[in-house]
Amino acid sequence: MADIALAPRSAKTQIREATTWDQLKHNRNWLGFWFMLPAMAFLIFFLAYPLGLGIWLSFTDTRIGRIGQFIGTENYEWLWDDSIFWLSVFNTLLYTFIASAFKFAIGLYLALLLNENMPFKAMLRAMVLIPFIVPTVLSALAFWWIFDSQFSIISWSLKHLGLITQNINFLGDTTWARICVIFANIWRGVPFVAITLLAGLQTVQPSLYEAATLDGATRWQMFRHITYPLLTPIIAVVMTFSVLFTFTDFQLIWAMTRGGPVNATHLMATLSYQRAIIAGQLGEGAAISSAMIPFLLAAIMVSWFGLQRRKWQQGENND
Amino acid sequence: MSSVQIRDVRKSFGNFEVLHGVTIPIEDGAFVVLVGPSGCGKSTLLRMLAGLENITSGTISIGERVVNNVQPKERDIAMVFQNYALYPHMTVADNMGFSLKLRGAGADEIKKGVARAAEILALTPLLDRYPRQLSGGQRQRVAMGRAIVRDPQVFLFDEPLSNLDAKLRVAMRTEIKELHQRLKTTTVYVTHDQIEAMTMADKIVVMHDGVVEQIGTPLDLYDRPENQFVAGFIGSPAMNFLKGKVKANGSAAFEGPNGVRLPLKSVPANSDGRPAVYGIRPEHFTIADDGTEAEIIVVEPTGSETQVFAKLGGEQVVAVFRERHQFNPGEKIRLKPDPSLVHLFDEATGKRLNG
Repeated sequence: MADIALAPRSAKTQIREATTWDQLKHNRNWLGFWFMLPAMAFLIFFLAYPLGLGIWLSFTDTRIGRIGQFIGTENYEWLWDDSIFWLSVFNTLLYTFIASAFKFAIGLYLALLLNENMPFKAMLRAMVLIPFIVPTVLSALAFWWIFDSQFSIISWSLKHLGLITQNINFLGDTTWARICVIFANIWRGVPFVAITLLAGLQTVQPSLYEAATLDGATRWQMFRHITYPLLTPIIAVVMTFSVLFTFTDFQLIWAMTRGGPVNATHLMATLSYQRAIIAGQLGEGAAISSAMIPFLLAAIMVSWFGLQRRKWQQGENND
Repeated sequence: MSSVQIRDVRKSFGNFEVLHGVTIPIEDGAFVVLVGPSGCGKSTLLRMLAGLENITSGTISIGERVVNNVQPKERDIAMVFQNYALYPHMTVADNMGFSLKLRGAGADEIKKGVARAAEILALTPLLDRYPRQLSGGQRQRVAMGRAIVRDPQVFLFDEPLSNLDAKLRVAMRTEIKELHQRLKTTTVYVTHDQIEAMTMADKIVVMHDGVVEQIGTPLDLYDRPENQFVAGFIGSPAMNFLKGKVKANGSAAFEGPNGVRLPLKSVPANSDGRPAVYGIRPEHFTIADDGTEAEIIVVEPTGSETQVFAKLGGEQVVAVFRERHQFNPGEKIRLKPDPSLVHLFDEATGKRLNG
């Protein structure tokens, strides 16, 4: 081994006392606070404040152009006896429930399909995202044409096939209108569910499937006993988001039906807009919006307590 | 329990052949270890045995039955995976009972089977825990328990100890061997660690680049490696190899690097002047006045023995002594290989030359 000349140790520089400012500069909590501030400010000014203002508004009789007075729960009492409000609640629940169930089923099916090895996998995965990328209003307008009472391509095709003799009044009939808006919502919402669940599927260790193969599991049993239980946490998250987005949906409905016919597709969000902005009753509109909060909280609670907290996911030291 | 016959098995991925005709007979109840460096095809072979990979050509039979086209679950084998592959959302008991449940066994039968396996592996107090709540060694035992519950014809182990720390690995090694002695189930065990192979196997199969280099008992392989690869792979520290020529005129000897003369007991027929590799295990050196001069580079005492790295004829060799000599780096010593324990290999083919 060669002898290496070791450099002489240089004299150390004098260490000066740390001032309060020095200490603050190196305090991680202090630094963390400053990093957090932009996000916090954003949330407070654009989410918390408008939410608080909206709730406050719902206890006043504010109209457009006139500052309101505090009137307590009068708006809510008024809504309690309003059959259109209750119809919109029913519509919202129906819309959310049916659309979410379909989005879950189709999304999960697509995710399982895309998780298989097949040619053009990357391209197919990208294609699935298309409905998600198209601006909502654009796709709503497209659906509006597809379901148009005179120029509907569906009616046209069915007529040429000889299956029907008259155009179907898609958006003019209450049942058809509901089916159409739910269909459009499903079409738009499936990619989000599918891609998120696909990401979840890819976190499952392949060796678990091999072990299950040796344990004698069929493909259905593997899905039932391995894939599905391991996917539940991500299902909980993605379905919570899906339910929240569907429940508060506005754009699709407003572009396609404006809540008609005879309020059959009025959701709480569209009714709120109609009362607050179009009719100018800001207080009442705010009350309808605020009435959505308990439903949304309930959806979050169900997902949080019912699906997300699994014992097997928790840390090591809690037996 | 069953014997396993692997006959001329080949495996290709596309045009790339990874196993070039492997034949391994495995007796009923044997503990066979497939060992080799990574990429030698040992894991692929095990997965073919399990039915997780197709067999390109050749046959694998378990018992009397050729299993090439038999579904994995019908092969009656159980496998322990390197990462254990425990189902994270199931308790230990559910993990172990899963195969019975799929088979449609009743709750009582499952409970009994799990209890028996848990008893064997001392897992009874852990049955209600989830894999996350277990230590590495406990997870390893659950993975074995899952295999035992099925009471299979053959156990397959795929590098089961490589995720454990060194101390636990030694303990689990003994545990697996003891388990095999108790259950006497035919076992095929894959590892890259030759010490695991030596300590656990009834029979070792050394694999390299998709071919079987040698099959034999641990001590067979150690004492009579058939080629230079096996000689270098088995044993730690590894065997010393010195290149040179066999000399037959006068007394038998070997001319090593830079003309050093090394002793030979006898010269294989027709090999005077033949280029060859002289192999000697570190523990087969002694210090003797008629030895070859070597200069000490590094001394590594381990307590039970001392490893000495030295330059002999310009080549680095390692010698191991159980006696406590006082060695210092830079010192000259005389190393003498025991001529009766020398291995000679052909320089070109690596085949063993002496008997």
